[in-house]
Amino acid sequence: MTTNERDAIEVEGLRMRYGSTDVLHDVSFSARRGEVLALLGPNGAGKTSTIEVLEGFRMRSAGRVEVLGLDPAQGNEQWRARIGVVLQSWRDHAKWRVRELLAYQGSLYESYSAPSIPRPWRIDDLLAAVGLAEQAHRPVGKLSGGQRRRLDVAIGLVGRPDLVFLDEPTTGLDPKARRDFHGLVRQISDDLGATILITTHDLDEAENLADRIIILVDGRIIADGTSEQLSRQIVGHDEVRWVQDGAHHARSVPDSTAFVRELFMSEGHGISELEIRRASLEDTYLTLVREAELATTPPTEIELEEASR
Amino acid sequence: MTLAAPAAVRAGFRRGFIELRQAFTGAALFGQLLWPIATLVAVYFLRDRTVGAGGLTLGSVMLPGVLGMFVALGMLLVVQQLAADREDGTLLRAKATPNGIPAYLLGKLVQISATVLVYLAILLIPGVFLVDGLTVDSWRSWLTFAWVLLLGLVATQTVGAMLGSLISSPRGAGYLSLPVIGLIAISGIFAPITALPAWLQSIAQVFPIYWLGLGMRSAFLPDEAAVIEIGESWRQLETAAVLGAWAVAGLVLAPIVLRRMARRESGSSVAKRREKAMRRVG
Repeated sequence: MTTNERDAIEVEGLRMRYGSTDVLHDVSFSARRGEVLALLGPNGAGKTSTIEVLEGFRMRSAGRVEVLGLDPAQGNEQWRARIGVVLQSWRDHAKWRVRELLAYQGSLYESYSAPSIPRPWRIDDLLAAVGLAEQAHRPVGKLSGGQRRRLDVAIGLVGRPDLVFLDEPTTGLDPKARRDFHGLVRQISDDLGATILITTHDLDEAENLADRIIILVDGRIIADGTSEQLSRQIVGHDEVRWVQDGAHHARSVPDSTAFVRELFMSEGHGISELEIRRASLEDTYLTLVREAELATTPPTEIELEEASR
Repeated sequence: MTLAAPAAVRAGFRRGFIELRQAFTGAALFGQLLWPIATLVAVYFLRDRTVGAGGLTLGSVMLPGVLGMFVALGMLLVVQQLAADREDGTLLRAKATPNGIPAYLLGKLVQISATVLVYLAILLIPGVFLVDGLTVDSWRSWLTFAWVLLLGLVATQTVGAMLGSLISSPRGAGYLSLPVIGLIAISGIFAPITALPAWLQSIAQVFPIYWLGLGMRSAFLPDEAAVIEIGESWRQLETAAVLGAWAVAGLVLAPIVLRRMARRESGSSVAKRREKAMRRVG
């Protein structure tokens, strides 16, 4: 462990180019040790490319990247032993039994054990922690989607990593399995104190799990902060609805108080059924994604004239 | 790709034995036994047909030859399993684990070598009772068998690992079995190679299959049986040289090719292959 390792992840000016298309433009962010960081963005935003560069599975085109104090492109096996990887939807090792696979994976970490961090994790404890104790002797191919995903997490954790990458871990899970999975991630973060980087296209998931959210759209970071900071920083538009002369009106405005004052001043008595709804972070996220994808400047006011009923 | 860490070597053997157990349990067992037993049946029916002038029976010529052939088939097993393991993410899993790739490969070689040994046992143990004239009671026979087997396993499996890295899909691996069957046909396994036109003999002598068959015949047939071979000799020196050359080439090149292949594995490359496979099915 080097001494200058304040941050678990440091990315500066990361660029990725496939052929003539840029997938990542000048991406910069960092993750403190022990932090749970969500990389949020729609499909095709560059989340998987980013995480694969950090995992050392993919070469970057430009930029500086440090993961646990090393450039992932030069990561050795000792570095690898400190990193846990949980990738999207695996279907490997279907014939292996759950415990057998976990014990095999764990055995590869034995030589990287340290007095402070005994590696690997005790297999039966880990199986219990991810709720697979009862399935220990079942073939991996016979697990349900949620169980399979929990096994993937267990495999990612078996070496007691300092840093865990989870790439779209809840894709294809039903709501209950998802909720269980979120509980498991929080538990890992609390118990292990590991830094966790999770990619997702689901804002709820990011808000639910992460200390900090980075929104990546079209290969660029468009926002970076806690969910409260993001709310303050980018949630500007409230929706104002009212009825005037029998016609329904709706407007999305940045300063609803001023707008309503204006509205009453100019229109006066004709206004009824006034409603003001603060935009949620979700509305804003969706708007941001839409805007970034269209790459147009956002209109400040969106008039939605509805036909009178 | 060093196997320096003893833990990785232990893990590799562990992996090999686990995969071996899987290869010989349940439905997989039937597939494993089918070909060696079918071959044995063929040997049985041809046991009395004579070859050449010396009163040799075709059965006794074929049996050592098919031993060599099954060693060579280990190559196809490596290719098929490597292609399948890349498609389903097994290799990527190995890559995400410290020393996972060397342990994976060692496991593969252990499992496939052991599988080949099981095939050979299925053929040889009943085989010595089915056909006459095999020299199984001399230690020199077994010594020859051992070195031909060892060189053959190394040569065919390192080459298989290389081909498996270059071929991108299980389907491509399937196509590879066609030229291999062609090579078997011209390699003097089922009939003396001297009956073939010279140009086919030359092609056959480039590849390990012919030499594996020849080496096995030299181990288990009496010296006078060499009359049916090219130059009426067992050519053991040449056998060792050609198999040795393939083995050395494989040992040198396979790690380079494998490293290049492993470097390219990532979640998205697995996802892409899966998508392609889905399109084939759907």
